[in-house]
Amino acid sequence: MTPAEQAQRTLVIMPAWNESEAIGNTIREVFEFGPACDVLVVDDGSRDNTAQVARDAGALVVQLPFNMGVGGAMRTGFKYAKMHGYHQVIQVDSDGQHDPRDIKAVLDGLQDADIVIGARFADKGNYTVHGPRKWAMNVLAWTISKIAGTQLTDVTSGFRAANAKTIRQYVDHYPAEYLGDTIDSLVVAIRSGCTVRQVGVSMRERQGGTPSHDPVKAAIYLGRSAFALLFALTRKKNIPSSN
Amino acid sequence: MATLVGFIFVLVILLIIFEMLRRRHLREKYAVLWIIIGIGVLVLVAFPQLLFWASGVLGVRVPSNLLFAMALLLLVLVCLHLSFEQSQAEDEIRVLAEEVGILRLKVQELETRGTRDESGHSSDARGGGKPPETNL
Repeated sequence: MTPAEQAQRTLVIMPAWNESEAIGNTIREVFEFGPACDVLVVDDGSRDNTAQVARDAGALVVQLPFNMGVGGAMRTGFKYAKMHGYHQVIQVDSDGQHDPRDIKAVLDGLQDADIVIGARFADKGNYTVHGPRKWAMNVLAWTISKIAGTQLTDVTSGFRAANAKTIRQYVDHYPAEYLGDTIDSLVVAIRSGCTVRQVGVSMRERQGGTPSHDPVKAAIYLGRSAFALLFALTRKKNIPSSN
Repeated sequence: MATLVGFIFVLVILLIIFEMLRRRHLREKYAVLWIIIGIGVLVLVAFPQLLFWASGVLGVRVPSNLLFAMALLLLVLVCLHLSFEQSQAEDEIRVLAEEVGILRLKVQELETRGTRDESGHSSDARGGGKPPETNL
């Protein structure tokens, strides 16, 4: 490995829960279309053979003993990244929703920000959400844009990259609560002095499952995200540890 | 008669707490609270006048209402304390699970590296499951 390569050691973190159908392809696509990187799959207590499929596809696999949610899985990933001295990490969905061809664009955004969000609505691709869920996402986006001091349109996107400073901050303070992996973590990181920007990405259809359009679920989603936001805002500021 | 029954009841509870403590079935931090409550109730059973006096001072008309209110308050506090301890325990379990997951991967890497070294292959081979260097 040349020093230049070493200076940019990249880890792709993929939280996965019962994703054996899609994950193999997703990993192979990341190796094929993404930049030089290691892929870490965090198997969040799957009941199927997700871990084996991922290992066969060439990924490193951390198997959690029980299901801890995306937040817990991401915490594990960040911890691993810090332990092994990666300089930047990017979270990619294991269901193939995020296009591996966009990984490079999102990582490039790290040159002038600590956190980069691959946003689904930023004039690229054809991903749409309707009704109450969309309003909820708009309210969240507006609020967090105010806090971040920059225009963000898609704060619940799981397609996001972080540099070494943010990794350190995340390891100490990444929340494991519901929606903690998106809203809470973002707000806490911003308040700790990390800068955020977004990069437009195209989003593909999920390879399995359907996004929910149930208004009751959307209302619950809005309530819980408002709750998460409220707590995130009242939390103390943290300074990332230097070790 | 009622006083005697109450007295014996509280005494038995206190004895159970002590026995659980002795056998380490109960951690001290939880036991302290219960022992204090137990002794408090014991004192009240022995000297019921105390309750009448306290309700007079606090302006509670029916002394038993003061007793109920205090009991409720204590139970709410105990529940809150337990929720707090439970959340902390869950947090600690979560951290352990994270570490276990990472360590499992580490062990696997060491095992494969070990077998690879034994079979005489260069451990430099790139490809699937390549163990990255660690700076701990």
